[in-house]
Amino acid sequence: MSYKLLIVDDSKLARMSAAKALSVLYPDWTRLEAANADEALSLARETAFDVALLDFNMPGRDGLQLASDLLELRPATPLAVVSANHQEEIVERARRIGAVFLSKPLKEQALSAFLQDAVRRLESGHA
Amino acid sequence: MTSATAELLSELQLDALTELVNIGVSRAATSLREMVGEQVYLSVPNVSLETRARAIAILAEREVSNLVAVHQIFEGDITGRALLIFPETKSLELVRAITGGDLPLEDIIELEQEALAETGNILLNSCLATIANMLQRSLKMSLPEVLRGNAASFFGLAPPPDAGDVVMFLYINFEVRKRDISGYIAMIMDLPSLTALKYLLDELIERETGETSPVSQ
Repeated sequence: MSYKLLIVDDSKLARMSAAKALSVLYPDWTRLEAANADEALSLARETAFDVALLDFNMPGRDGLQLASDLLELRPATPLAVVSANHQEEIVERARRIGAVFLSKPLKEQALSAFLQDAVRRLESGHA
Repeated sequence: MTSATAELLSELQLDALTELVNIGVSRAATSLREMVGEQVYLSVPNVSLETRARAIAILAEREVSNLVAVHQIFEGDITGRALLIFPETKSLELVRAITGGDLPLEDIIELEQEALAETGNILLNSCLATIANMLQRSLKMSLPEVLRGNAASFFGLAPPPDAGDVVMFLYINFEVRKRDISGYIAMIMDLPSLTALKYLLDELIERETGETSPVSQ
């Protein structure tokens, strides 16, 4: 089954890098991209997506605030917040919101583990 | 993007550079959090090419009071200086946060110089080592030096003989709200390094994106 991944990052390079990893791991998945939280939210209101990768440090609202907003819109969607800033408080907030924390630079292996888990959740109907 | 920036770096090169700095400083913030035991807040980095005079003016606009800086020179394929800068009035508070807060004031004052140099060393190394690793190059770092003065004196330090008037200038704010500590990390790189930097950024872009062509949403 093919899913749609929402990639939100203010860095185009980071979005391209995530897109490349996705095309290796799940070539049949499609993706949506946004450069900030506002853009991501308006996109999410118009277009359905199944899984999301959110950068943490962005101009405007950060990735954790965006994760809360997206989960309000689409509860139980598998989300990951991606950052090199793995301070305890940030990792803990991600966990409380129900998002997975992934380290930047994003490694294919870590993305793969997150997406495999997301697929399991989507297919068992828990997402 | 300033016009000088647009002339010298493509949009994607600038994006890659900003992202590199963001990742480097995020790692440094994680190190600082371990040292002070409180969450460190970061701004979004600002990267641009400026004249030396404009870089000084930008910093001077931000802080009027006396500043303390921990200064390190990095050398390799790219050469420049990295500075951890904060108002002089916050430096004892930073030392107090790092030493655990139980020491009497006279001990904190005695430790100040050494503690600042060590903190700067850890933060700047954490940031620059991450950048060097991502660029797959090694950078040699000088020993940290604690400076007191203002933006003009920090950026007016004797440039390398072949340095031009335009520098790559970047800064990012950090804040430990519970301790009322704030400051920023700034880096300047002289123009002769820029050609090498562009090459390294292109290599990074190729590694990160492979054959995937850019997509707009």
